[in-house]
Amino acid sequence: MTDRIAQLFERTRAEGRPALIAFVPGCWPEPDATPGIVRALLEGGADAVELGVPFSDPLADGVTNQAAYQQALDAGVTQDDVLASVRALREDGVSAPLLLMGYFNPMLARGTASFTRAAAEAGVDGLVVVDLPVEEAAELAEPARAHGVHLVYLLAPTSTRERIAAVGEHGSGFVYCVSVTGVTGARAQVSEELPAFIARVREHAALPLAVGFGISAREHVEEVGRIADAAIVGSAVVQTISEAPRERRHDAVRGLMERLSGRATAKAAAS
Amino acid sequence: MTTTADRSALPDERGYFGGFGGRYVPETLMPALAELEEAYRAAREDAAFGEELDRLLREFVGRPTPITRADRLAERIAGEGAPRVYLKREDLTHTGAHKINAALAQGLLAQRMGKPRIVAETGAGQHGVATATACALLGLECVVYMGAEDVRRQALNVFRMKLLGAEVRTVESGSRTLKDAINEAIRDWVTNVRTTHYLLGSVVGPHPYPLLVRDFQAVIGHEARAQLIEAEGRLPSIALACVGGGSNAIGLFHAFVDDPVRLIGVEAAGEGLEGRHAAPLAAGAPGVLHGSRSYLLQDAHGQVTEAHSISAGLDYPGVGPEHAWLKVSERAEYVSVTDAEALAAFRLLSETEGIIPALEPAHALAHLARLLPELGEDELVLVNLSGRGDKDMGTVADALGVTL
Ligand SMILES: Cc1ncc(COP(=O)(O)O)c(C=O)c1O
Repeated sequence: MTDRIAQLFERTRAEGRPALIAFVPGCWPEPDATPGIVRALLEGGADAVELGVPFSDPLADGVTNQAAYQQALDAGVTQDDVLASVRALREDGVSAPLLLMGYFNPMLARGTASFTRAAAEAGVDGLVVVDLPVEEAAELAEPARAHGVHLVYLLAPTSTRERIAAVGEHGSGFVYCVSVTGVTGARAQVSEELPAFIARVREHAALPLAVGFGISAREHVEEVGRIADAAIVGSAVVQTISEAPRERRHDAVRGLMERLSGRATAKAAAS
Repeated sequence: MTTTADRSALPDERGYFGGFGGRYVPETLMPALAELEEAYRAAREDAAFGEELDRLLREFVGRPTPITRADRLAERIAGEGAPRVYLKREDLTHTGAHKINAALAQGLLAQRMGKPRIVAETGAGQHGVATATACALLGLECVVYMGAEDVRRQALNVFRMKLLGAEVRTVESGSRTLKDAINEAIRDWVTNVRTTHYLLGSVVGPHPYPLLVRDFQAVIGHEARAQLIEAEGRLPSIALACVGGGSNAIGLFHAFVDDPVRLIGVEAAGEGLEGRHAAPLAAGAPGVLHGSRSYLLQDAHGQVTEAHSISAGLDYPGVGPEHAWLKVSERAEYVSVTDAEALAAFRLLSETEGIIPALEPAHALAHLARLLPELGEDELVLVNLSGRGDKDMGTVADALGVTL
């Protein structure tokens, strides 16, 4: 099986740039919205997409994502609907890495073996489970490995050396470095402690490092790109979608990604 | 295989009671939980910490709380020859509920850890009041998260917290009750973890909370055990308590878990188990909520469903992992009673004993009313009266159709 995540990082490293990973809640704002939004994200310059799996109690998320998840749940969206969106994108020929980001309970309710098999069959490349630290992860990590799905762990500025080393040892795909001590949500600046944090992670983890939480502008992506392998943009995507009229949504999303990836400036310079 | 002898030795070093417990939290919090565990371990071994806590429990909380023999209640329920019933009077603690025991102890721990700021969640407001009280006493900054629905139901407690110098933040997300207040308190903690201790109010959440809150509430059962032996020369045959998150129940049970005592926890059946309720042990399924693995109310897709109880303190879709373990290992029994049954028991105790209970322990009393007539004369029942009813006057008046 091809490892789309590994291939992505080989390519972006060869090109000397950070990968740009976009996050968007799955099956939101409407249950069938995801395939169109993901295509627009990729057209605008995203290299990979994380789809949020709606959860009733998203305790690591700020208000923007909470509201989106609630809206999806109110519309009756389930984890299986998000998987169906991934399947539709694959059937449509989309080859970029697609990940699911969510909370453990819906995966546990389905059964971790059954869930990882369904995720692999749908075409999911990786899982990010925000309330599943490495100590508790074996139950999901084993079936995920068996089905060729990466289980991506998170690290935070508060992570100790021992914890960083454990993620370095057990991690897969990349490491999701949370840029701040806090919940998801757009912020004005990239945290000052980020470079020191990333340097600490590098010491003990050979995997590619992606930085997320609070990244919303091209300068943030450039700043992150100097020290890490990928920048993850979430709340800014959610905000853009929330604010755009439905008929302009895909243009707005594409435009945001063009700005964040630097294509917009490249385009302007070329014309 | 866990034998009876090592039941009270749980949780294991990873925070598990059998298959329940653990630490399912965002990475940012993992080091804080390790730090808390370490601080608790050190405090437990430090005689000075124990002495300071004992002194405050005695001089400030008013411990030991008495046990009260409830003959008129027992006779009203089961007539002549009714078994003896004793109430453990946590309603007589300062602030009026058992919550103060763990709040004060955690406040002292936060001081030891050098954390000047406290966040807490509250449902009924009792834990919020207890936390605000401990913070005022110990000079800690205090922020309490409370669901908008509970702010409405428990206006008096909101005012009390503010008088005690706490900031009360109303939570409008989700079901706007206790579970959402916990989500919001955890979000605050994730953001301010370096300066802040999350003062959790029940035996729920990630390890070490179920352990340390249990240990800090175990004073209830240890006192009651000695008091009953003194009064009756024997152990109770049954220990009975209501279960929301489960802290007053575990606090009572812990001293008896290795004894031949029937342990019975009473959950809130709300409108009935077929309708809206708050009884995850009776009608939920195992899963992960708020950092630990236990029983919870959830739909087929693993989404947490809203709980309902007339009692704000029991209105929670989860339950502590040790209760899940006591249930599956069949060491304790769990039953449930409806809003209506709890209200009837609330009136019954008021009329027969001159004690107005909180709506939470009224659930335990309602089960007592079902149980007592079936028992032999020589049984001895100990009920944890976890709090007093002042906070519930508005709710009860509403339910009885009385305008105050
Ligand atoms: C008097 C009283 N009893 C019981 C409870 C329920 O909590 P727990 O099950 O943790 O004892 C509360 C919660 O607020 C309470 O105020």
